[in-house]
Formats: sequence, structure tokens, C-alpha cells
Amino acid sequence: MNYVVLILGMALITWLVRTAVFVLGERLVFPPLVRTALGFVPVTVLTAIIVPMAVSPHGQGAELSWRNPQLVGALAAVVVSALTKRPLLTIAVGLGVFFLWQGVVLR
Amino acid sequence: MRAAARYAVFPYQEDSLTTHPNPHPRPNPRRYAEFVAGARDTIPMMVGAAPFGVIFGTLVTSGPLSLWHGQFMSLAVFAGSAQFIALGLIASHASFAVIWATTLIVNLRHVLYSATLAPYVSHLPLRWRLVLGALLTDEVFAVAWAHFRRHPPGDDVSPWHFLGSGLAMYLNWQLWTAVGLLFGAAFPGLQSLGLDFAMVATFIAIVVPQLVALRYLAAAVTAGALAFFWQGWPYKLGLLGAVLAGVVVGVVLSRPGSPRGASATGQSPCKPPNVQRTAGAGQ
Repeated sequence: MNYVVLILGMALITWLVRTAVFVLGERLVFPPLVRTALGFVPVTVLTAIIVPMAVSPHGQGAELSWRNPQLVGALAAVVVSALTKRPLLTIAVGLGVFFLWQGVVLR
Repeated sequence: MRAAARYAVFPYQEDSLTTHPNPHPRPNPRRYAEFVAGARDTIPMMVGAAPFGVIFGTLVTSGPLSLWHGQFMSLAVFAGSAQFIALGLIASHASFAVIWATTLIVNLRHVLYSATLAPYVSHLPLRWRLVLGALLTDEVFAVAWAHFRRHPPGDDVSPWHFLGSGLAMYLNWQLWTAVGLLFGAAFPGLQSLGLDFAMVATFIAIVVPQLVALRYLAAAVTAGALAFFWQGWPYKLGLLGAVLAGVVVGVVLSRPGSPRGASATGQSPCKPPNVQRTAGAGQ
């Protein structure tokens, strides 16, 4: 029940954001500063989510060591993505390194 | 496909009831052809989104949400990155207010998309605009913009291509979400493997190609570092604070006087925003 409320709220917010300009038309004008700020939203939000998950996967301080499979897998994914810009290859290599590290190297 | 045909009829009937002057001068077969062409132009995007739908569905089964919650979220929200982020926040016991605020922030980029497409839909009846807006994901924007830009804005631009693209993407997202849900339910041991790392890898695949200039890198590093240090803030508010700080850093570096950002604010308002070049999770 509670999660239904959560999901309905997310749906309403998403729909309002997507339709606002279509409905309001020219009455909604974005100053250049706002447009610039919006351009930085995707990279900042996603990075803010990734870093804590990779650096402190257990939520108890930084685990900056080679024994942290999340961190090793994430670094591998960053390298692959920077070199190839191919999303599926990035995910495949990242997951592969992560599972290999967790299941084989640290065993 | 039956569902697609049924939904496609709905806005058409609205049109025929409205007194709007000549909203669709094109004959019926032309509408159908444009609808199909829109869906066909979206096929590469649908293929790209498929793995993200599967990963999303699988992740749902490793969290507190039930299967139908997961499908309901895809049906109602239809925004891949917001859905992924919500799963992560739910798992870490964030408050609903923080999840909603994050949904708002993550989806704000769609405002840029609808502002770009607005000249091509402003002549349509309200029902049409509400439906097309609901379907406006990153991928659908890319397809619709590529189609519209070949025509001058005006009353003779048909929305059927846009609708075909949006509905194709929508049905595709539902299908692969369901596949992921069933996959995760069939192999319940997946969660103990640390499958949430799939989300980290997915986001890295989206973010890294976008770090094309120093200002983007600086914004991302700021947000990532502060999100780590501010993890202890209640209700995950540290996440929002870190995002805000990262955006401020990006905006400051984009000012014309700054060494690297001269071109950033010089954007013409007519220029389309950059679409996230990654399928699925960018929805």
C-alpha cells in the first residue's frame, strides 16, 4: 500500500515534468542559467549514487582496498567506458570483474 | 500489438470530437504509415533498453518491493533512471519525500526535451499533448527530434510518428521489465551475489561518456565525493546536497569568463539539448 503511494507520486512528478512545457507553452521560459544547470543534473545525480555504493558498499566507512569487489568492478567499468564508450560492454566487463573478484580472487 | 492499436485509437477519437481547426489534414493511411515508421525508427533504442529493463526487473526481486510493484512502477512512471534510483533509495530506507525530490531532479532534463519539441506539438489538442508528454523519454525524444527537425514547425506536422515511437518504447519497457521480474523470481539466489552492482555498472556506462569536458568532470567529482562524505545525513538528504553542490560547480565553470567553459552558456536557445546516449536507464 505504502509503495503504491510512493510509485503514484513518482509517476505524477515525472508526468508533470514531461508535460509542463507542452501544456504551458510559451508562458514557460528558461533563463540560460537554468538551462546550463539542468545540463549538469544527470552526471551529478548518477555519480552521487555510484560513489558511496562502490566506496563503502556496507555503509560503514570507506573500503579503499583491493579486497572491495564493488570498487574493483567499478574501476574496471570506468576504464572500459572511457576507452570504448560502449554501454553494454561496460556493464558486461564491470559485472564480470565484480563476480570474478567476489567469487574467485577473494575466495 | 493489439494494445498499441487500441491506444493509438484513443487520441484519434479525441481529435474527431474536437472543434480544433483542422488538426490533422493528412488522410488516415498516412497516419498509420507514420505511426509504424515511428515505431520502426525506435527499434535500435528498444534493443538498447532491453537489458536495462531486465536488470531493473531483477533488482526489484532483490528488494522489499513485490513483483507487481515493479511492473506497476514501469507502467506508471516509465522513466528508467528514476526507477533505478528509487530502488536504491528504497533499499537504503530513504524517506518518500527524498525519493520524490530525487525523481524530480533526475527527470528535470525532460523539460529541455519538451521545450525543444514544443513548437511541433503546440497546435495539437490538449489530450494529445498530455499523452505525448507522458511518453517523452530520452530515446523517444531522440527519435522524435530527428523526425521533426526535417519539417518546419506548423499545423501540418503530424504527431503520429512521435506517438508510434513512444508507444513502441513503452511496450518494450513493460516487456523487458516483466522478463527481469520473472528471471529474478526464478533465481532467488541472485540477490546474495551482490546484484545491485549491476546498477553501479549501468550508471557508470551512462555517466563516463558524458564527461566530455572538465566542467562535467568537476561537477561529477564534487557530487560523488560529497555524496560519500555526507552519507550519514538523515533521509539521504546528503545525496541532494551533493547534487546541488555538483551542479553549482558545473555552472560556475560554465560562465563565459571561466577558463574552460566559454562555450557552455553561449548555447542558443534553439539548440537541442544533448540526449543521453545510453538506452534504457536514461529514460
